[in-house]
Amino acid sequence: MTGAPVLADDVLAGQRRAVSRALTVVERGGPEAEALLQTLLPHTGHAHVVGITGAPGVGKSTLVDGLALAARGQGQTAGIIAVDPSSPFTGGAILGDRIRMQDATMDPGVFMRSLASRGQTGGLSRAAAASLTVLDAAGFDWVLVETVGAGQSEIEIMALAESVMVVLAPGLGDDIQAIKAGILEIADVFVVNKADRPGADTSVRELRAMLRLAAEPPPWTPPILTTVAAERRGLERILEELARHRAFLEETGRRAERRTHQVETLVRQAVWDAVARRLAAAREDPGWARALTAVAAGTRDASGLADQVLRGAGGMADGIH
Amino acid sequence: MRDGGERVIRVLVAKPGLDGHDRGAKVIARALRDAGMEVVYTGLHQTPEQVAEAALQEDVQVVALSILSGAHPTLVPRIARLLRENGQGDVLLLLGGIVPEQDVPSMLEAGVSRVFGPGTDTRDIVRYIQERVGDS
Ligand code: B12
Ligand SMILES: Nc1nc2c(ncn2[C@@H]2O[C@H](COP(=O)(O)OP(=O)(O)O)[C@@H](O)[C@H]2O)c(=O)[nH]1
Ligand SMILES: [Mg+2]
Repeated sequence: MTGAPVLADDVLAGQRRAVSRALTVVERGGPEAEALLQTLLPHTGHAHVVGITGAPGVGKSTLVDGLALAARGQGQTAGIIAVDPSSPFTGGAILGDRIRMQDATMDPGVFMRSLASRGQTGGLSRAAAASLTVLDAAGFDWVLVETVGAGQSEIEIMALAESVMVVLAPGLGDDIQAIKAGILEIADVFVVNKADRPGADTSVRELRAMLRLAAEPPPWTPPILTTVAAERRGLERILEELARHRAFLEETGRRAERRTHQVETLVRQAVWDAVARRLAAAREDPGWARALTAVAAGTRDASGLADQVLRGAGGMADGIH
Repeated sequence: MRDGGERVIRVLVAKPGLDGHDRGAKVIARALRDAGMEVVYTGLHQTPEQVAEAALQEDVQVVALSILSGAHPTLVPRIARLLRENGQGDVLLLLGGIVPEQDVPSMLEAGVSRVFGPGTDTRDIVRYIQERVGDS
């Protein structure tokens, strides 16, 4: 809620209330968020950030719950962000990932936050990037981000992760087709969950066949793992493969690249935020309507007006008669 | 939009205790979503500790409890106390479901801001929340 500003020191100390408040602040954006992120950013880079994506119902939340517990079993901590879509009509959302994360979320070494997509493509990846920054700075060893593998913004979020895990489940028919459309390229680890159900072998075979289609062998071949998340089977193996992937990124210099990309996302969104503020200020300017009329009449050009908006100097109707 | 402007209202809808009646909670969750709020729903059978921990991690402004089992006299004061202990004594705590008239004063005393019984029009609930936490 409102009240005292979030103390970066408390976030860095992993104080739960402060982490929670900080997530709210950075999700909202604006100057307070930028200042907080700036303080936290130098303290990031420790966490292994893992993106988990796949169709609804394949068992992502159950997997994340189990992975967080498996990490705890190894003495490590985990922060979780789960993204669910907002209604495009009302902006509201029902965030239900917590239902399948009941076990891990009561562990003092785990912190889970639900994030609504709020419709805006750029805004979502900014909010996600900022949330990852907070959890990383708070000292979590793993940061797990769950998204429904659907739109462009989800792919953008996955680009923020060091390792991307694409989850499938047998019997969800069009799955393999769905991942062909863009997600195959970003997968570092494939997980076929619900291996207790018939058809898991087929999914694994189809995936393997698809990976073999690659023209030349990639430097990293995504392993294909099978799990039964509901029974917590196969989860340690995932953590091992993720650690192996991180070592690969480290050795090949790709880890630094991903970090640059994450920072770029934060900067890019700070730019959009600044532009949005300037535009809002310009629209409040008493001369705004006249400036627009002048553009319509051709006595002023749109890009000149845009430059003036970006300078933030006001006086929109200056020089118009 | 996400530019530091308006604040979206976040609500935790929780079903504490062994109560399996979840229709009301789902009706409420949908109504609040349709009113533009972000609703964290945690499912059935929550302990007071789980409810408070979820409220903490999700940084909600509203905790909406739905209880039809008659267990409110034990569950609600514990949840209210845990919220205060976590520094969230200022969240709007609402209770709905089957709460006999004579229990209402003790619920309000425990920290509940209002009790909503069967037949409540969800629009009244939306308005009540918006008036209290909208624009904060
Ligand atoms: C449907 C129903 C069931 C269904 C539940 C299906 C489900 N998944 O929800 C089934 C058949 C499974 C069932 C089982 C039982 N039931 Co039953 N059930 C009902 C009944 C008839 C309607 C409840 C309902 O769904 N109403 C519709 C919803 C939309 O209304 P609502 O929940 O009241 O919600 C509204 C308001 O209360 C308010 N609201 C509710 N929650 C919240 C939360 C917030 C924050 C806010 C703001 C508002 C709010 O807003 C909603 C919209 O107006 C009630 C009687 C009644 N008329 O209420 C008995 C009733 C609740 N059941 C009762 C009992 C005893 C049982 C059983 C124990 C019976 C048994 N012996 O097996 C079991 C227990 C099941 C369990 N595991 O807990 C008793 C409870 C008695 C008590 N508390 O003292 C009742 C009151 C019947 C009675 N008169 O005896 N039940
Ligand atoms: N049979 C089976 N069901 C599972 C398994 N993992 C998860 N589920 C169930 O699949 C459903 C969807 O799980 P959830 O984690 O919410 O999926 P998500 O939508 O991808 O996050 C739930 O009912 C889970 O209990 C599994 O390994 N086997
Ligand atoms: Mg999920």
